[in-house]
Amino acid sequence: MSTPQTPAQTPDIAAVEKGQEIGRRTVALSRTDLIRYAAASGDHNPIHWNERFAREVGLDGVIAHGMLTMGAAVDLVTEWVGDPGRVVDYQARFTKPVPVPDVASGAPDAPTAELRIVGTVGTVDAEAATVRVDLAVTLDEAKVLAKSQVIVQL
Amino acid sequence: MSINPALEGREYPPAEPFQVSREAVREFATAVQASHPAHHDVDAARALGRGDLVAPPTFAVIVAQRAEAAVVADDEVGIDFSRVVHADERFTHHSPILAGDTLHATVRLERIRVMGAGAMVTTVVEVAAEDGTARSTVTSSLLVRADDAEEDA
Repeated sequence: MSTPQTPAQTPDIAAVEKGQEIGRRTVALSRTDLIRYAAASGDHNPIHWNERFAREVGLDGVIAHGMLTMGAAVDLVTEWVGDPGRVVDYQARFTKPVPVPDVASGAPDAPTAELRIVGTVGTVDAEAATVRVDLAVTLDEAKVLAKSQVIVQL
Repeated sequence: MSINPALEGREYPPAEPFQVSREAVREFATAVQASHPAHHDVDAARALGRGDLVAPPTFAVIVAQRAEAAVVADDEVGIDFSRVVHADERFTHHSPILAGDTLHATVRLERIRVMGAGAMVTTVVEVAAEDGTARSTVTSSLLVRADDAEEDA
C-alpha cells in the first residue's frame, strides 16, 4: 500500500495554470480500512465498525470516517507538490456519508466502496507563491466532500 | 438536553501532550493510503530538508480530537455525542508536524450557532511543539441534531 517511491519535483509556479488538472485517483475502502483508520486516529466511534449501532442512530449501516475520506483525498496533492510539508491549509465539508457495507462472502478486507478524486487548480497567487487545489471527491457520482480546498506553498 | 450558547469563547486546560513517534506517522499514513515517501522513509524526508518523517496533512486530527473531547464532555455545553455529525474540518499548518515532536493542544469553544432544536458547535484547537512553535490550527464543526421528540414539537 505504501511503497516508497521517488518523490516528484515541486512544480514551478510560473507553469501552473488555473483550471489545470493536477491528478486523479481512486481510493477503495473496505471494513478493514475503517478499523485500521480507527486504530491509527483514535476515533473509535462505533458507527464506523458496528452495523447494529449505526442503524440504531439512524444510518443505513456502517459509514467511513469523514476524516478518512478527507485524509485519503489529499494524497494526490502531496504527491504533486513533492513535499507534504508544503501543504499549508486544507479544509472540507462533509456533505454525504460514505457507506462501507460488509462483503456478502469471502475475505472481509474486500473493498465495498470506491471514492474518485480529481484535483484541479482553483487559484494561483504568484506573489505569495501559493496555489489552491480544489478536490472533487465522489462516490458513485455523488459528491461526498464540499469546498474541499488545499493550499500549497510552492 | 439543548446546547447552551452562552459558553461561546470558553477555553479548556491543555490536553495531555502527544508524542509523535515514527510508527504513529507511518501507521496514520498507511491508514489514509498516503504513499508519499516522506511519511514512511526517514532518508526521503531528510532529502526534502525535513528533520524526520513528515506527518500527513490531516494527522493533527489525532491531537485535535483528543482536545475536543473536553468540550464534548463538558456537561454545561450539553452535547449528546450520539446525536453528533461531523460537519466540517480545516487544518492551517504553520510548520510541519514531524516524528519526534511532542505536541501540546488547547481547545477553545469558538462558536455555537443554534439551529432549531439542534446546534452547530465550532471548536478551534491550537497545536504547538514542545518549544512553543506553532504547528497547526484545527477548526472543526459538529452538527448536534435535535432529538426526535424536539424535532416533532
